[in-house]
Amino acid sequence: MLPVKSVIFISILFPLVLFPQEVDFVRDVQPILKKSCVGCHGAAQQLGGLRLDAKTTTFTGGVSGPSVKPNHAIDSPLYIRVAGMGDQARMPMGGKPLPAEQMSVLKRWIDEGAKWPDEVGAKVVEVKKHWAFVAPVRPALPVVSTPLWAKNPIDAFVLAKLDQEKLKPSAETDRTTLLRRLSLDLVGLPPTVQEVDAFLKDKSKTAYEKQVDRLLASPHYGERWGRHWLDAARYADSDGYEKDKMRQVWFYRDYVINALNKDLPYDRFIQEQLAGDLMPHATQDQRVATGFLRNSMINEEGGVDPEQFRMEAMFDRIDAVGKSMLGLTIACAQCHNHKFDPLRQDEYYKIFAFLNNTHESNVAVFSPQEQMKRAGIFEKIKMMEADLQHRNPAWAQQMAQWESTMQTKTQWEAVKPEVDDISTGGQKYLLQSDASMIGAGYAPTKHRAKLTIKPQAKSIASFRLELLNDPNLPLGGPGRSVYGTGALTEFEVEVERPGQAKPEKIKVSRASADLNLPERELDKIYYDKTDKRRVTGPIDFAIDGKEETAWGHDAGPTLRNLPRKAVFNLETPIDNSDSKTVINVYLSQKHGGWNSDDNQNQNLGRVRLSVSDDPKAEADPVPMRVREILATPAAQRSAQQIQAIFGYWRSTVPAWREANAQMDDLMKSLPEGSSQLVLTARNEMRNTNLLERGDFLKPKNVVAPGVPAFLNPLPAGAGDTRLDFAQWMTSRNAPTTARAFVNRVWQAYFSTGIVETSEDLGKQSTAPSHPELLDWLAVEFMESGWSMKKLHRQILTSNTYRQSSKVSADLLAKDPDNRLMARGPRFRVEGEIVRDITLAASGLLNEKVGGPSVYPPAPSFLFVAPSSYGPKNWAEEKGPERYRRALYTFRYRSVPYPVLMNFDTPNGDVSCVRRARSNTPLQALTALNEPLFLEAAKALAVKTINEGGKTDADKVRYAFRRTLSRPPLAAEAAELQAFLEKQRARSFTPEQAWTSLARIILNLDETITKE
Amino acid sequence: MQDKLSIARRWFMKDCGVGLGALAMRGLAQGATTLPNANPLSPKQPHFKAKAKKVIYLFMAGAPSHLEMFDNKPQLAKFDGTLPPPELLKGYRAAFINPNSKLLGPKFKFAKYGQNGAELSELLPHLAKVVDDIAIVKSMSTDAFNHAPGQLLMNTGSMIFGRPSFGAWTTYGLGSEAEDLPAFVVFSTGKKGPSGGNSCWGSGFLPTVHQGVQFRASGDPVLYLSNPEGIDAQLQRESLDSIRRLNQMKLDDVGDPEIATRINSYEMAFKMQTSAPDLMDISKEPKHILDMYGAEPGKPSFANCLLLARRMAERGVRFTQIYHEAWDQHGSLVKDITQNCKDTDQACAALVTDLKQRGMLDDTLVVWGGEFGRTPMTQGGTDGRDHHPNAFTMWMAGGGIKPGLVMGQTDELGFNVVEDKVHVHDLHATLMHLLGFDHTKLTYRSQGRNFRLTDVHGHVVEKLLA
Repeated sequence: MLPVKSVIFISILFPLVLFPQEVDFVRDVQPILKKSCVGCHGAAQQLGGLRLDAKTTTFTGGVSGPSVKPNHAIDSPLYIRVAGMGDQARMPMGGKPLPAEQMSVLKRWIDEGAKWPDEVGAKVVEVKKHWAFVAPVRPALPVVSTPLWAKNPIDAFVLAKLDQEKLKPSAETDRTTLLRRLSLDLVGLPPTVQEVDAFLKDKSKTAYEKQVDRLLASPHYGERWGRHWLDAARYADSDGYEKDKMRQVWFYRDYVINALNKDLPYDRFIQEQLAGDLMPHATQDQRVATGFLRNSMINEEGGVDPEQFRMEAMFDRIDAVGKSMLGLTIACAQCHNHKFDPLRQDEYYKIFAFLNNTHESNVAVFSPQEQMKRAGIFEKIKMMEADLQHRNPAWAQQMAQWESTMQTKTQWEAVKPEVDDISTGGQKYLLQSDASMIGAGYAPTKHRAKLTIKPQAKSIASFRLELLNDPNLPLGGPGRSVYGTGALTEFEVEVERPGQAKPEKIKVSRASADLNLPERELDKIYYDKTDKRRVTGPIDFAIDGKEETAWGHDAGPTLRNLPRKAVFNLETPIDNSDSKTVINVYLSQKHGGWNSDDNQNQNLGRVRLSVSDDPKAEADPVPMRVREILATPAAQRSAQQIQAIFGYWRSTVPAWREANAQMDDLMKSLPEGSSQLVLTARNEMRNTNLLERGDFLKPKNVVAPGVPAFLNPLPAGAGDTRLDFAQWMTSRNAPTTARAFVNRVWQAYFSTGIVETSEDLGKQSTAPSHPELLDWLAVEFMESGWSMKKLHRQILTSNTYRQSSKVSADLLAKDPDNRLMARGPRFRVEGEIVRDITLAASGLLNEKVGGPSVYPPAPSFLFVAPSSYGPKNWAEEKGPERYRRALYTFRYRSVPYPVLMNFDTPNGDVSCVRRARSNTPLQALTALNEPLFLEAAKALAVKTINEGGKTDADKVRYAFRRTLSRPPLAAEAAELQAFLEKQRARSFTPEQAWTSLARIILNLDETITKE
Repeated sequence: MQDKLSIARRWFMKDCGVGLGALAMRGLAQGATTLPNANPLSPKQPHFKAKAKKVIYLFMAGAPSHLEMFDNKPQLAKFDGTLPPPELLKGYRAAFINPNSKLLGPKFKFAKYGQNGAELSELLPHLAKVVDDIAIVKSMSTDAFNHAPGQLLMNTGSMIFGRPSFGAWTTYGLGSEAEDLPAFVVFSTGKKGPSGGNSCWGSGFLPTVHQGVQFRASGDPVLYLSNPEGIDAQLQRESLDSIRRLNQMKLDDVGDPEIATRINSYEMAFKMQTSAPDLMDISKEPKHILDMYGAEPGKPSFANCLLLARRMAERGVRFTQIYHEAWDQHGSLVKDITQNCKDTDQACAALVTDLKQRGMLDDTLVVWGGEFGRTPMTQGGTDGRDHHPNAFTMWMAGGGIKPGLVMGQTDELGFNVVEDKVHVHDLHATLMHLLGFDHTKLTYRSQGRNFRLTDVHGHVVEKLLA
């Protein structure tokens, strides 16, 4: 809507009488357009898809629709934008506003009917759609000069281009170099000496193909290629902002590794990461896969508005989906229509709407062994319960009898408190429609929340506090600790009476709860530096007036994450006959750590407060889940529901004490598991609004889920869930999905993608070097069932891949970046592989796949203030975990592991599909002096002394081959031996001398280069 | 074989002119983004001739209270303990407090100093002595009211992660004049590290060589600088010689210029092993200089780092940034801000004096400030203030900044800017201008579009220019 004021303003300023003569397009209008508009909206470029040098395109308009509505200047974007009306930037963008007369001319021209003679202006032939927005079609193979060289279609496309450029491909590289290249590419480790020897000995025709297949089957393949995906998925083990809290998300990392190792089809791989939880009978893996969307950062610093940072996370998700899956940079449209690609802002929010209906969940996950154990325990209990039933045929009647005695008499009135902001120490208490409140944002380790209520009940004799689950709490809550637990230090009540200066404290005389655990000292993670003995225990601990004691509900794995309730009876009921009594309830929660920087709180996560006039009210011992079933008439209950009631009831039957104790023990032996951030669907649909300039405080119209018009349409009958979105993205006619992926695979092999800007295939992308090859690969990929391994095999068995990487000065001058591929690739490996090569060559490498992230040596000062914001855990590994592959290194976003950072490893702030590759003095210092690099040199030295053969020459050759796969040339061997002699002459021990020699070999350019 | 070798060598010599050292010059001629092996840190000319060539940025993380240090508000004292006018709070979002909290009068006395009568509180006796050399901007304003986003915005022009920092943009635009030191050095001296973490000095989508390198005021100044145990200087030199010869053999064989760059990197690393400890050794500074800063050799402190910053600037380090995260006074305002000023005021003034007396202030731009201001309202009791984005104070000196300037006004409560508002983007545009850049033209292409430090905002604040 246009502001009325500006319309009036303009018509006063430019009265029509000044221009008695009718506006003539050629004389009056065209010069203005030519001078001020067609630079950006003309033949050369069409920002916003708009072209104003031709009649047809002016009237059809760009992404915002027709630019001119004849007779309605004030409804015509052309006029609105130059006049600076409405809320969008004034045109010409970045320039001075048009002079008033010119604006007036444009207005009159439109108001007079916008007459544009047909023969005037540019003739626009149907504008061809940008290549990447049209689904790829399998291109015909080109005719080439040397058909024999073209081993597979890839070679044909590469050779055709070389023919055009009058270049010849290079010869195949030698076998040793080839195997090292192949190994680094497929598994990120150099081949062992034995593997090289075996390959050299294998004279069969398919010797090379066998190696490809061997390495594709290696579990390290998933680690190597998973790392590329983890960059795109912005994977990291911490929250990012400020305190940069640790998070457990390595199940997602392992999901990626495993998915690649089992060659999960890429379309499925994407679908699971966007909507695994919505798949029929979703497995744990499929739910974990949605961790992709949860790799966004979380800000829980003091005083944040949680919704603001949920929005930031949403924007980040869409950016990651765009770059990693669609191969498009769509983030621009968060604030305005995309300047270059035909993506409108409302279309951005249509995508947003697909992803918006979610909870930010953190769920318990279990390893396969733990899953088996859990299943075993549940099965055992089921059998024991069946046995109890079998041996007590009257159980059903007895249970019905019990049920009749369990009717609740107390009437509860749920109250919606007002929370005093200061008292919460920065935590937000988000009030829900069911009167519960969810703790969100900053989590202070100690606070005493003041809740003010004005109940309806005439007399208030008892309070009930329910601790409830919520998908947004750790492990579903009901608390906010990393285990989803909380602790109630004290429950206090006071009344404000008119005329009394000070509120009156009301004594709580008795308390009951559905869970009373024995007294237990706090875990040491909650150490608060006071050295007081702080404990949790039964509900009495919440009314004993002691700061050190609290009601706790940590009943062990799984059981700790059930809803709980407590009831508090007042010594004297509060009279509220005038319905005006103001009551303050204090929830003291002081059983967290010493300071929020340690990220260890035990706050209640979701609570609901109710009042009753019943002075003898007690906490209902029946679990909430069972109580809900009891509300269903007995005849309508399912077998499962009946079993659930039985599961509780039998625990109350004294005669079954022994069996109950056994079952309790079984439940107590449930495995701890781990946690994982995932997305889960909300039951209640959340509205998505278009946000003005991306500002969540400025919501505009509601937008329904949908897809951009310039891409493939949603299939008929598609719904509005994430799964529909995922299926749309991976349909055969999705133009960019397959292209984006095969291009990135190409980039990993050859250093530059066929399209250099691998994050963006849109209109601003660089032109593909081999467009037909890209399309051929994309089509082949989709038609071979989106098999990533087949794609790799296709590329690796080409002659293109197998060329020597030596380069002549002429070729280097002609093609410095090797875009034409007249030679093989040669470039430094990624940071993780730098470390892995060193560990592998030295024999230290621990090849274990998967599991929690590890802490290799790092300078300890990095993890404490003032280097780090707060103290961070970095318990340096002393055992075999010290030598795990670098991909398992724990990744704090705010304190990146320095070795990896120095070698350009991204820290997971944002989705990254193209790493930088620098070559710096800091890298040299790292490889020369960093402790683990030196440990590797020592280990390689010891190995060389013990296993390297008899002579120095043998030993030098041994160390060299372990690192570089090939034997040293004569000159190299001479250099190394001379160095060794020199060090020996300096009275170093043999181990010292060999260590310094190993250090040299580990520091060669070739060592950390794929060539 | 021989033929190929000589071709590769010839190419290498021809293209590199006089040998390895000249490799660094390639970036100039070829354009840093097109050639994979060009040195992106070779010195470059800005858009126009400029005064500032180096930057020393004193980042007061946590957000110092303008009301206790720079912005004298007698009316705030008068209304101490009363509620702020409701119209002021319309649409205002606070971090911790209910915006409708009582006003809190300034805690310290103010007096006028210098030729322009600039007002400073009693917390800043040292700065008062150099007040004619600095420009105070009392009308800063930002969009963020939480620390991490605020620090990111102040450093990168964006509240979200992933954008290059100001320091990274500076070295991207100007390259480095320090052969054997990093172009962009970062210290952290406060009670904590900055809330924005490493991303405060990150390179974002710029080449990673532009990210700040963290230095420590004690121990190894740069990570992995010292030879490990058992490797002495002679062995290190002999090792590097061997590495160089072996790499050279490889270069001769395969002709990949990246190997030449690697050889160069190792040589630079070796030089840095000598130059960095030398740089860090302040014990040879004369006593009066040490005393002026309040620096003590061997005792890491804010003062030591400021002295080091001067030594960095002398050696051609382009951008030195010192984070002092200590200013988040939600409570204990009087005690803590007094201590903070004791820790920093003398050294800040000394830096300005020292640069001036060495003639370095002309081309060294000094910037002091945090990520936002503090509320005129109290937080909790009567001894703390919450985060406040609407108005705060920064000061700058040297590098083309107008000395002795006091610019901008806030309203009577120090709540909103009422005159000469300077948004973070405007500050960036101005600092860029001082370094010789049109902030709209220093761009980097990423993700299909050109990005710049000021995104689509920012105006040069002409008043600040000398």
